[in-house]
Amino acid sequence: MTTSHESENQDMQTSVKPSSLADVAAAKAPKTPGTSVLGTGLETRGVHAWFGKHHALSNISLDFAAGTVTALIGPSGCGKSTFIRTINRMHEFIPGAAMAGEVLLDGKDVYAPGTDVTKIRLQIGMVFQKPNPFPSMTIGENVLSGLKLAQLKVENKDELLEECLERAGLWNEVKDRLGAHGGSLSGGQQQRLCIARALAVRPQVLLMDEPCSALDPGSTLRIEDTIRHLSDSMTIIIVTHNMQQAARVSDYTAFFLSDGGPGQMIEVAPTSEIFSRPQDSRTESYVTGRFG
Amino acid sequence: MTTATPTPSKPWQASNKDRAIDGAIFLAALASTYLLVNFTGLNGKLAYFLTFFIAYAIITTAFKGIQRGNAAAKDALVNSLVAIGAIVTVIPVASILLTVLQKGLPGISFGLFTHDMSLATPTDPLSNGGLLHAITGTLTLMVLALVMSVPIGILTALYLTEIKGRFTGPIRFLVQAMSGVPSIVAGLFILSAILYPITKAYSGLMGALSLTILMIPTIARTSEEVLNLIPNDLREAGTALGGTQWRTVAMIVVPAARSGLVTAIILGVARIAGETAPILLLTGGGDKVNPNAFNGPIGSLPYYIWKSFNAGSPEAITRAWAGLLVLVGLVLFLFTSARFLGARKVSK
Repeated sequence: MTTSHESENQDMQTSVKPSSLADVAAAKAPKTPGTSVLGTGLETRGVHAWFGKHHALSNISLDFAAGTVTALIGPSGCGKSTFIRTINRMHEFIPGAAMAGEVLLDGKDVYAPGTDVTKIRLQIGMVFQKPNPFPSMTIGENVLSGLKLAQLKVENKDELLEECLERAGLWNEVKDRLGAHGGSLSGGQQQRLCIARALAVRPQVLLMDEPCSALDPGSTLRIEDTIRHLSDSMTIIIVTHNMQQAARVSDYTAFFLSDGGPGQMIEVAPTSEIFSRPQDSRTESYVTGRFG
Repeated sequence: MTTATPTPSKPWQASNKDRAIDGAIFLAALASTYLLVNFTGLNGKLAYFLTFFIAYAIITTAFKGIQRGNAAAKDALVNSLVAIGAIVTVIPVASILLTVLQKGLPGISFGLFTHDMSLATPTDPLSNGGLLHAITGTLTLMVLALVMSVPIGILTALYLTEIKGRFTGPIRFLVQAMSGVPSIVAGLFILSAILYPITKAYSGLMGALSLTILMIPTIARTSEEVLNLIPNDLREAGTALGGTQWRTVAMIVVPAARSGLVTAIILGVARIAGETAPILLLTGGGDKVNPNAFNGPIGSLPYYIWKSFNAGSPEAITRAWAGLLVLVGLVLFLFTSARFLGARKVSK
């Protein structure tokens, strides 16, 4: 029964010829948040960020329900990347960086005193803009590098390796050359390798900082597929400049904007609403391509 | 209808005519040099070189000026000056190598590498004795100095590039200043700080300590440059995967920089291979193979060369040149392997 239902659903999806972003967003299978065993998701409360004296991000409060994909859109320099870097505490690596507010993972503030930062980063994985496989390691070693870095023990490494590469949509392409160097892959494959690497430590949350901006359209589609599949088992936050992509992959979309001052969040809503009936006129101008 | 494939050509290359003109200018410069040196008061090799360079520069500049105008003339002048500069740099190096090869080769024999000087004096015939003690001594000193300076040098570089603590500025300044320390100062320091007050005896260790002082800055500075080339993305990726800073550095940054770090170490060894002053002060320069670096005088190639030249007889001087050849060969080998290892870039 389920299979026939699924195939019907697929037929329906493929038969739809999206003519606008709103249609693209609406054509996705609906998703009910917070129904899985993924923890209670992630929440930010009044997050600010500074670089030295420069106030880069102002008062961001957002809820990321478990098992959803949230896209952060907005013009360059509005603080989207800074925001996701405050979530897994990568922001603090920039000299002169400062922040305020709370980032709650399963109700616990990741900035609370006494928090083990490396544990936080194990729970909140990250995929970077540029594919960055470790040059001294093979494909297989790259995928499992997180385990070695965090000194985690796994019973069956081969199984985990296959599972992660499978979920990242790369297994079929690399299964015969796991011993080759990560650098021998194409850009799109490298990025999927980086996703597989992030998955191997089983994060609850995956942050993606413009993961497709350096890739060709074919690889981009593969990665979007991967994201849709992954969202069954984790919470995903993706920064993107590509509004088509936001419409295709995300359940929720948040629009960030900087009017010369610190970046602010203008609006957050289910993706189909952001693209069909945005509440704020600035959001509307942005998603319809009038600026940005 | 088939399209004919055009023959591949390289229109940007110099034509045969251009090449002929260049050749003619070269020959003209040569001819005028010959005439000038022979019909004026100039003479000697130096005069030939100098006149040739000047003549070549003047003739090309004049020719290009007539052919293509003022700008081309200036271009040709600067071009020839740059070429002259490069050649002038190569001449002394080449002539040193040539001299060492010429004078050293007659002294090289199989026995040289199997005997030491314990039963021979520098003035003995060449068939007596050899420089085994010097080679083993130099290798012992190198290994000891390596063991001490590699960890210190690389850890210093890691502090400068990875930890970037409050003392980064002062430490980088000190390391740079240290690389200018004259080797005799390093030797005297160990002599007055350790040899006289504590051990009161020559040994390989004392020599190695002074070499370590000279080696650390080379290793630290080269390693720092290599580590700075590792993209920051990799460090961030390691940290984002839950690695501590130490694990990220040990597992990702250092392996990615491995070939560069090897180059840094070899450059450090090459820096000290021919050091003479501290060795003269600290090792005592024995004539026997001494496998114990911590006790008793130990020979080395620079010491052997210095001692043989001092002995002054024709045999001794041939020995010295042979020692020089072995030393130069060793350093050359190290530099070549450094270049070879360094050329294999970090695989992307």
